[in-house]
Amino acid sequence: MSTKSLEASAPGVKHAAPDRTAGAAPSERPGARGVIAHIVVILAACVFVTPLVWAFFSALKPNHEIFSIPPTLIASEVRWHNFLDVFHYGPFLTYIRNSFLIAIAGTALVLFVSATAGYAFGRLRWRGRDLVFVLFLGTLMVPQEVLVVPMYQLMQWLGWVNTPQSLVLPFAFTAFGTFLMRQFFRGIPYELEEAARVDGAGPIRTFVTIVLPLSKSALAVLTVFTFISFWNSYLWPLIVVTDYESLGTLPIGLATFAGQFGTRWDLQMAATVISMIPTTLIVIALQKHLVKGIATAGLGGR
Amino acid sequence: MSAVSLTQRKRSSGGNALRRIESRQALGFISPALAGLALFTVFPVALSIAMSFYDWPAYGDREFIGLSNYVNLFTNNPDFIPALRNTAVFTLLYVPLNLVVSLSLALLLGPRIRGRSAFRVLFFIPVVTPIVANVLVWKMLLQPRGLLNGVSTSVLGIQLPNFLAEPGWAMIMVVVMSVWAGMGYNMLIFSAALEQLPESVLEAARVDGAHGARMLFRIVLPLISPAIFFATVMTMITAMQVFAQPQLLTGGGPGNSTMPLVMFIYNEAFTFQRMGVAAAAAWILFAAIITLTAFQFRAQKRWVHYEH
Repeated sequence: MSTKSLEASAPGVKHAAPDRTAGAAPSERPGARGVIAHIVVILAACVFVTPLVWAFFSALKPNHEIFSIPPTLIASEVRWHNFLDVFHYGPFLTYIRNSFLIAIAGTALVLFVSATAGYAFGRLRWRGRDLVFVLFLGTLMVPQEVLVVPMYQLMQWLGWVNTPQSLVLPFAFTAFGTFLMRQFFRGIPYELEEAARVDGAGPIRTFVTIVLPLSKSALAVLTVFTFISFWNSYLWPLIVVTDYESLGTLPIGLATFAGQFGTRWDLQMAATVISMIPTTLIVIALQKHLVKGIATAGLGGR
Repeated sequence: MSAVSLTQRKRSSGGNALRRIESRQALGFISPALAGLALFTVFPVALSIAMSFYDWPAYGDREFIGLSNYVNLFTNNPDFIPALRNTAVFTLLYVPLNLVVSLSLALLLGPRIRGRSAFRVLFFIPVVTPIVANVLVWKMLLQPRGLLNGVSTSVLGIQLPNFLAEPGWAMIMVVVMSVWAGMGYNMLIFSAALEQLPESVLEAARVDGAHGARMLFRIVLPLISPAIFFATVMTMITAMQVFAQPQLLTGGGPGNSTMPLVMFIYNEAFTFQRMGVAAAAAWILFAAIITLTAFQFRAQKRWVHYEH
């Protein structure tokens, strides 16, 4: 992990200038090479986007025409009601609701824990701070796969198997958020806080009134990453949820959908397209923040 | 405690009191994170080590068996060695392919491309959509009567192999699908690195007559080598943890030809209820990840340039 690039990730993250002529020099003849580059990009994008486009148009077909040969983009009829039929097939609405609630609760918890711990590591002086921080970072090395087996055992002991808290709590304390917030907080000038301290404000007040308002962008990045990672989470819910009907999340719903209605590809595709909408909207709406977050933190929602 | 007060007596008592207050407040700020980390990371790690030395069924009596779980994995488990091999094959195919595609796209989407931020968002979308959704789309494309074979038979008159039913093809398709879904992330990292290139260095190189491939390999790539290093390490770590793509696309089949380590761990623990075996396999995976990452850090001195 290159701390170098992270040290530079203080509030003054360099905004990439919108159109700097870096990389290759613009060719002397702005025609030929530019045109070729555009053609290559458009071709790559077309190949890349084909699966997504095909999924969308398949969701509009009658089921028996999904695998017609030769393949056609538009079938004999366009069935918009496939998108509604999904909700009558299995508890799809419950899956969506569960995913949203779990992602929101998990994100709120991660924000609270990361901001408070990040403040203690980044702004307060205390004995053993750096040692504890190294321990925190050390836990980032442990992959989720090592944790899921004992975590399931722990859930059994706590009696939490197949409960909402088992979907929210276990992976809400990763050190990543703490690390991100600490890096950001360290870049805030101390003078801003000193003034408030002299006026008699304690750390809690300076934290809430000065440090947090200055950290909106870092909090936004953490919010997006965390929400997406909860929304997409698959392995852990698959393990800890036993009653899909009531506690299943969207990815679990999609996966079991494929098992239950293996023959209904039209509805599978409609459900798939629906599940892609929220995250796609988030990315389009917050693209600048995301790029900045990835450039500075180098870690994304996984 | 006495040692603490001794060292602190040297300082003015005012500062001393303040320090102690600050320490106490820091403890308040840090306690939620510490409590969560202790319960949900430190404890499970310790438990996992213990489990790996036991015959530990999900329900019923446990028995201490020393290193038997580890030994049995290598000596008489028909699926473990293939799972190791599959993870290795997937990683060896996925990492270079992902890096080449993402770096090429990042270089291509330079300042001269109109609407490049829209293209970037497009390539990034599968990174954040649920992996289950991505896999289902590809599963449909790769059916014998799916889009790929449909176009091939009707336009070219060529019957393609049944991709998901033939061992060699199944693994290749798991890799292709994963690169499609995952490479947008590295593309963004490389784009960010390319935009921070020092203009003066590029200008100097241009004046010296560097352009084209020479500019790329001698100037641009060395300058963004820290980003390439970072992406390589992270991509390798995620590749070794692959699970959802083979599990949903091929079910680990045909046979066990696409079953990676994490799927093996999952099956041992939650299908066969052999938690001890699963814990041991997870530690072997962790050891492999740590070893390879350490190796990468050792090797980086040769090709990563941190000085600007």
